[in-house]
Amino acid sequence: MIPRTAKGGLTLAAIAAICATLVAATHRLTTDRIAANEQAWLEQSLVPALGDVDYDGSITETRLTVEPPHDLPGNDPAIIYRAYSAGTPVAALFAVTATGGYAGPIRILVGVNVGGAVTGVRILEHRETPGLGDGIDSSRSAWVHQFDGRSLGNPPAGAWQLRVDGGDFDQLTGASVTPRAVIKAIRETLLYFDAHQAEIFDMPATAEPE
Amino acid sequence: MIAGQFIERMQTGLWRENPGLVQLLGLCPLLAVTSTFVNGLGLGIATLLVLTCSNVLVSATRRWILAEIRVPIYVLIIASLVTCTELIFKAWFPALDRSLGIFIPLIVTNCAIVARAELFASRNGIVASLFDGLGMGAGFALLLMAIGFFRELVGKGSLFAEFDKLVGGEPLAGLVLADGGWLLAVLPPGAFFSLALAVALKNYLDGNRKPARQT
Repeated sequence: MIPRTAKGGLTLAAIAAICATLVAATHRLTTDRIAANEQAWLEQSLVPALGDVDYDGSITETRLTVEPPHDLPGNDPAIIYRAYSAGTPVAALFAVTATGGYAGPIRILVGVNVGGAVTGVRILEHRETPGLGDGIDSSRSAWVHQFDGRSLGNPPAGAWQLRVDGGDFDQLTGASVTPRAVIKAIRETLLYFDAHQAEIFDMPATAEPE
Repeated sequence: MIAGQFIERMQTGLWRENPGLVQLLGLCPLLAVTSTFVNGLGLGIATLLVLTCSNVLVSATRRWILAEIRVPIYVLIIASLVTCTELIFKAWFPALDRSLGIFIPLIVTNCAIVARAELFASRNGIVASLFDGLGMGAGFALLLMAIGFFRELVGKGSLFAEFDKLVGGEPLAGLVLADGGWLLAVLPPGAFFSLALAVALKNYLDGNRKPARQT
């Protein structure tokens, strides 16, 4: 009795409804866990770049987004996390984009203490060649650790380069493009911190995008 | 009889019509994620899960599905199952989810799955389709693991590294046999070479067996 097209449409609608219910149920069951995982992952990826800085509270809640154009490396929004100890600023974390890498942008995290010294550098995201440029990743090599404790005057401005370029920093075997991009981004971040330190710590946190 | 059917489907999926080795389906994830054993195992499990469930659902609904709309319905079923799998991975295996990245949602485009729905599940009963899904899924997963094992061993000189992605807890280095390895194996061309070697090995073994049977 029912025309063939209507029958097909009804079957499709019924199965779509069942599938939607299935997905909705799974979503309900997993949302809280997923949100908790993401929060934990963010904290866990931020903390190493703070080195041994003592701070209190949750670092992810002090998030500050700096929209472009800005003087930080990269042309996309930069994120700054501020660390305080009993209300006094102790360090800032910059999530910025280093351009000039071998394969696209490199997201890096630079920690700077109030004295202007690097507390730690970590690579958040990159697509550099496995086995060569990916040595910037702290899980692959200790390369990023050479920046710990460095600041704008240490080494002097002219030596913020790779050794092959007459600077003070080690390169990676077989890769110089990637390290150059990272060093440039770290130095630019330090310059920004030096120029804007007071306002960085005074600004209220930016609300999390929903 | 059911046991015999099960063994027959497993043999077909694991060896005779292995989706990766013989049908050469689902090569994109196969080549892209197999840089380590753990990645191969993770995507293998996810694919096995989706393939088995989609086979069962397609077989269960086959009576009501008109021929004209079968493909949109397969896509709907597979896409929902993949979304659920992705959410489950994000909730319980977050580290593995991060390392597999886009390849979990991309299971939806794995032609091995829609091929089994079309070729097998839409024409066979639920139990047979369940066995077929398990067999084909296991065949695909084992191939992913084998290639991951090989590429990790040759390319990085390690075995079973990063198992913490599956079980959680502290990072595990796995068995480190050598410091570094032959880089080519973990780069994309290495994936093609490894698959070619696997296909060649299978053909060689099959070729050896046939003359023996004829005599």
